[in-house]
Amino acid sequence: MDRHCDGSGVNSASHVRFFQLSQWGATKMTLRKATGVATFAALAMSSTASFAATEINWWHAMGGRLGEVVNEISTKYNASQDACQLTPVYKGNYEETLTAGIAAFRAGEQPNILQVFDAGSATIIGAKGAVVPAEDLLKDAGVEFNIEDYIAGVRYFYADAAGKMIGMPFNSSTPILYYNVEALAKAGVEAPKTWEEFEAIAPKLKAAGYIPLAQSHLPWIFTENFMSRHNLPFATNNNGYDGAKGTKILVNNDAIKMHFTKVKGWLDAELFGYYGTGWGDNQKVFQDGSAAMWLGSSGSFGGLTKSTDFKFSATYLPHWASVSETGTNTFIGGAALFAMSGKPKAENDCVANFYSFLTSAEMQYYWHQETGYVPITNAAYELATKDGYYDRVPAAEIGIKQLTLPGGDNTKGYRMGFYVQVRDVMNREYGKIFSGDKSVDDAFQTIEDEANKLLARFAKTSN
Amino acid sequence: MKRVQFSHPLMPYMLLLPQLAIVGVFFLWPAAEAIRASFYLEDPFGFGSTFVGLDNFKDVVSASEYSRTAWFTLIFSAAVTFFSLSIALLLAVKADNVIKGASTYRTLLMWVYAIAPPVAGLVGVMLFDQHIGPLNDLAHALGWNMQIGVNYFDTAFAMTVIAVWKQIPINFIFFLSGLQSVPKSVQEAAAVDCRSSSRRFWTVTFPLLAPTSFFLLIINITYALFDTFGIIDLVLKGEPGNNPVTLVYKVFLDGFRGNDLGGSSAQSVILMILVFALTVVQFRMIERRVHYS
Repeated sequence: MDRHCDGSGVNSASHVRFFQLSQWGATKMTLRKATGVATFAALAMSSTASFAATEINWWHAMGGRLGEVVNEISTKYNASQDACQLTPVYKGNYEETLTAGIAAFRAGEQPNILQVFDAGSATIIGAKGAVVPAEDLLKDAGVEFNIEDYIAGVRYFYADAAGKMIGMPFNSSTPILYYNVEALAKAGVEAPKTWEEFEAIAPKLKAAGYIPLAQSHLPWIFTENFMSRHNLPFATNNNGYDGAKGTKILVNNDAIKMHFTKVKGWLDAELFGYYGTGWGDNQKVFQDGSAAMWLGSSGSFGGLTKSTDFKFSATYLPHWASVSETGTNTFIGGAALFAMSGKPKAENDCVANFYSFLTSAEMQYYWHQETGYVPITNAAYELATKDGYYDRVPAAEIGIKQLTLPGGDNTKGYRMGFYVQVRDVMNREYGKIFSGDKSVDDAFQTIEDEANKLLARFAKTSN
Repeated sequence: MKRVQFSHPLMPYMLLLPQLAIVGVFFLWPAAEAIRASFYLEDPFGFGSTFVGLDNFKDVVSASEYSRTAWFTLIFSAAVTFFSLSIALLLAVKADNVIKGASTYRTLLMWVYAIAPPVAGLVGVMLFDQHIGPLNDLAHALGWNMQIGVNYFDTAFAMTVIAVWKQIPINFIFFLSGLQSVPKSVQEAAAVDCRSSSRRFWTVTFPLLAPTSFFLLIINITYALFDTFGIIDLVLKGEPGNNPVTLVYKVFLDGFRGNDLGGSSAQSVILMILVFALTVVQFRMIERRVHYS
């Protein structure tokens, strides 16, 4: 997933940019506050005996409320021990953060920790030697590591072909269906489990005066997770995990073409609303109550709770019963933390120390509650369950339950290079399908051709 | 021309050095680097690269979208240049004729110029927003189902309007000062000879404005090609989708968003060649017709 994971609605500044106008003041204040906190921390440091603390920095892409939570986590970490001093730095949206990290790496001034999003993972993992695998980092620092501690849907997404964890999953989310409880009650329908059920209830929602459905990220929700939900292969070479060489995308298949033919039909019949590629533009119709259902990120939960004044709930991403009778688990989206190479052992040990702090059940539970991102360890999930969080807020559990549904051979993730551009091609061609400029068949043919060209080009970069 | 005497033969070069150093560091060196990179496919982190000859150029030119992007850039630049120049000229001529409250009118017309470009872009984007934009509502009231970000033409229309709106004030200022420097005696002599004010404008005033117009033409073409980047980025909200982009914006998308350094460099080399050709055309063909004195 892209920038949407900042479900808080004020994602990395790119959702609805003009809101920045009003946010500028707020951001400035946050910045000042952050600087204040940093200065205070530095003062506190120098006044105590801990001035010898090893300094590490963390470049992240968490804007708005998410950025505040990141700062709070860092403050908590610094307060929890004396040996390491962590400084988080906001670097813009996901693409900007990755580009900044790459430029810094080439100049030899890379941060200790770089947050890289799902679509950029092939780039950073493909660059052999750019990062220290999370698993090695932890083991070198003498921290116990067992990949089985992580929940199944998260475990292998940022791993290499052999299953070694390279990136430490951080903000992990998955697409789920949010629904306006009043709207569904008014139309006298239940939230759909399958697309067949959606087809049955959509006209009733329309008759009740609602746009039945909107979504915020076609490549993520209707493509990548469409493949995962139906256990369809997304790319050759084991969904791309076995290496960039010869990897071809398998997006041009009958199941997804059927899906997009249906979606275009729904759009024409006003059973589906499409407002372009902007995450916020599509979320807005759900937030203001004009759309009855919205496909967004499980990480949107925290933001929606604050921005809506009606009762909403969530359920699994629907699947086509005709394609897969029960449906399989979805991929995680979001981003992971990568420890950049070329740093002294003392700093790497601090990063490892921070990773164990971050993945502790308490911190994960805190992060989960504050943002809506899923907890990444089994222990944290158990803690949240035991604490009764899901009894109080059942919708908060949907994401993690969907990630831990029974999977298949094709549901652990995908790894493709130049994937940001592949997504751009998808978005462009889907736009053409929806505007009626291109047939579904032609559009998918173009996506396949251009994506394969990009993949072949990417394979050549790593020689 | 007067010969200037320097005490030392190296002196003029020393005086030129700071400027040449800036050109070298910020233009020549990156340009050379772009040309080199356009022949390679490179890992973004710099670990490996493959020499691919002209493949990057072939891939760029053969991509289905490249010709659509090039056509859009051409039409967009022509439209932005034409409308921002002609509307500014019209406003300048009218403002020049106003006697009562002249400075108020002029200040109001220059107002937008005082707004920083990103802010102006944001205001423009907000006016056209598909959920809350008043101009969007107006279009819907007139029966135009405008959807910025979804419909290719609508997005192109909004980009053009915002870009023109932002550029009018600076053109207006130059045209107005150009008009005011037209000697009164010439205008009066023309008024004696010819009663039609529009004819007087085209035969006397406009030719006298030619140096200003030529300067503005170049400035505006450059603006439309390069400086509209911010407006395009704001309208697209960072996600291109099925929306128009200019060649310059595509260089950024592929290079900085997609980390495809080779493909992006090839595009910037193509762009460099186009700009070079355009500059030659401008100065060889058009400037000959401009009379400076």
